[in-house]
Amino acid sequence: MLRVRNLEAGYGDLRVLKGLSLHVFPGEIVAIIGANGAGKSTLLNSIAGLIRPSGGSVTLKGADVTRARPERILGRGCSLVPEGRKLFAPMTVSENLELGGYLVRKRLGKREAEADFASVYELFPRLRERERQLAGTLSGGEQQMLAIGRSLMSRPELIMLDEPSMGLAPLVIKGIFSAILALSSRGKTILVVEQNAKAILKIASRGYVMETGSLVLEGTGAELLANRDVQRAYLGKEYASIADEGERI
Amino acid sequence: MTQADPYERIDREDLEQIQVERLQATLNRACQNVAFYRESFERLGIRIEKIKSLADLAELPFTTKEDLRESYPYGMFAVPLKDIVRIHSTSGTTGKPVVVGYTANDIALWASLIARILRASDVTDQDLVQVAFNYNLSSAGLGFHYGAEKIGASVVPSSGENVGRQVTVMRDYKTTVLIGTPSYALHISSYLRERRIHPEELRLRVGLFGAESWSEAMRDEIERGLHIKAFDNYGLTELIGPGVSFECSERNGLHVNEDHFIMEVIDRETLKPLPPGEEGELVFTTITKQGFPLIRYRTGDISGIVPGKCPCGRTLARMRRVSGRIDDMIIVDGVNIFPSQIEDALLKVEGIAPHYRIIVDRKDDVDSVEIQTEVGEDFPFLDEAAKVANLRSRLQAHIDETLGIRTRVTFVERKTIERSEGSKLRRVIDRRPK
Repeated sequence: MLRVRNLEAGYGDLRVLKGLSLHVFPGEIVAIIGANGAGKSTLLNSIAGLIRPSGGSVTLKGADVTRARPERILGRGCSLVPEGRKLFAPMTVSENLELGGYLVRKRLGKREAEADFASVYELFPRLRERERQLAGTLSGGEQQMLAIGRSLMSRPELIMLDEPSMGLAPLVIKGIFSAILALSSRGKTILVVEQNAKAILKIASRGYVMETGSLVLEGTGAELLANRDVQRAYLGKEYASIADEGERI
Repeated sequence: MTQADPYERIDREDLEQIQVERLQATLNRACQNVAFYRESFERLGIRIEKIKSLADLAELPFTTKEDLRESYPYGMFAVPLKDIVRIHSTSGTTGKPVVVGYTANDIALWASLIARILRASDVTDQDLVQVAFNYNLSSAGLGFHYGAEKIGASVVPSSGENVGRQVTVMRDYKTTVLIGTPSYALHISSYLRERRIHPEELRLRVGLFGAESWSEAMRDEIERGLHIKAFDNYGLTELIGPGVSFECSERNGLHVNEDHFIMEVIDRETLKPLPPGEEGELVFTTITKQGFPLIRYRTGDISGIVPGKCPCGRTLARMRRVSGRIDDMIIVDGVNIFPSQIEDALLKVEGIAPHYRIIVDRKDDVDSVEIQTEVGEDFPFLDEAAKVANLRSRLQAHIDETLGIRTRVTFVERKTIERSEGSKLRRVIDRRPK
């Protein structure tokens, strides 16, 4: 589905991605975990075409989209749910969704467009209830639902989510994660960047650990959860015992 | 039951992507955590971000057994010792042992690789697997043990028990799969013959043998003696233990678990990678191991890549059966000889027991090779001088013709040549001054 090879990107002189390679097979849920500033968002933004990579390649369903414009990448079936939702706050829920489907609207008939709305509302019944409410007045969890729903309207095969649980209450996070699983069982392929490593690795088919612009570990969700380095760095285990461990033997 | 592993039939392009990713991650971790790699890359001015493809691997320096010995015991570990759950060491047949650490994930990975190997030999949860590798310190026994448990087989760790106990267990417990060294399999087969136990009194059907290089002739001998189908497998404790490569039902080369190990075959002189088909030294890079990653490790084993696709459908590349170790290679008057060649020649002559010893010596600057062997059980009378002389001259002619050098074949009393007891045998005695 997605193949990233030796991707380099940054801002001005700042190199954020230092030649990074990863792949996502169709139907997988792939998680990327890593500390703040590791370059996770830069990675998703580079794949989505929002940042122009300075080196390497991005291949989407066999086509090279390395320096393609965002709309072409979206048109090829890869959508991004950005960090912080980035909704159109003064617009209603249904208007936000409609804009999400802007690219495919001409291609689809009215009936199909309605089916897309119905399918989002089926996934998130709460959005139907709030259909006419302004996006800016929704709760954090509802906003995240809307951001995911909006990304679905372009009928993507690969959905990239950037920190979907950020700023949400634990119970709401649970709902978002079950929505990710629901998307997966609808046949969507998922690439998700997430701070909440434990929760995402539990549902991920595979994951990567990112450190300062490079990947240092790849494995199944279970393997990464069992990895002691991951436990120490991202799962909050063993801090006390590490502090006095001193140097590696 | 474990499912067949999709990675065995992975599209080659996808495989390459995975190999590059895992290689890059391994390099990042090795540089972070292993001083040996960090310093050697720094010294050579290598920036690991520049490793962008499998071809770039050739830019990296080799790791040798000497490097590992110098790091004795823990210098090459990439995680703190508290994260290590198992430690194995090499047999040290050729010097100081190498100590290898495994994390819990490494152990789980290893079991899944062995499970792959066992499935390829048609071993299932219906089988009773007798692991006759010596478990002491070494990796082979526990490696197979965990893998066999993973596929749900019943495992008997018979380890280094003597041959009589092994056969008793085999018969009484109804063992169906025997795992060990090929020389030990032969030892068991001779024992059966001596005790007049017909192989059909046992339930054995499959054997997986490794840790030594063994010839096709030896395979025939084992299969005839034990009435089993015998499979070769390959691995080194340094790399993980058994689990690096394995034979499928085609038995034409060993599929390399390329999703975990990158294989190269290099020219011994130029140290450059060789194209498929050509014979050279095997070099492996581990790309998923965490406790003890190895980058471009020179194995000392001689093999080559089998060109073309395997009819079994696995896309994993194949290496030829290892024809010998560089350490075992004897250079006699400029000719390279491997013990396996001598073994092959021996076994092709009827009436010879598959036990032998090679003694190399030098007198007045001339090398001599003596091959000591035993006559088989079906040739009982060493005192029948004429018959023995005839057998010797046939054997002598056959060996000299095969090897292209002059040797001297001598017969020794039966059972005077050391038998395998579940670990590796030293078959070559080199008495030449170094």
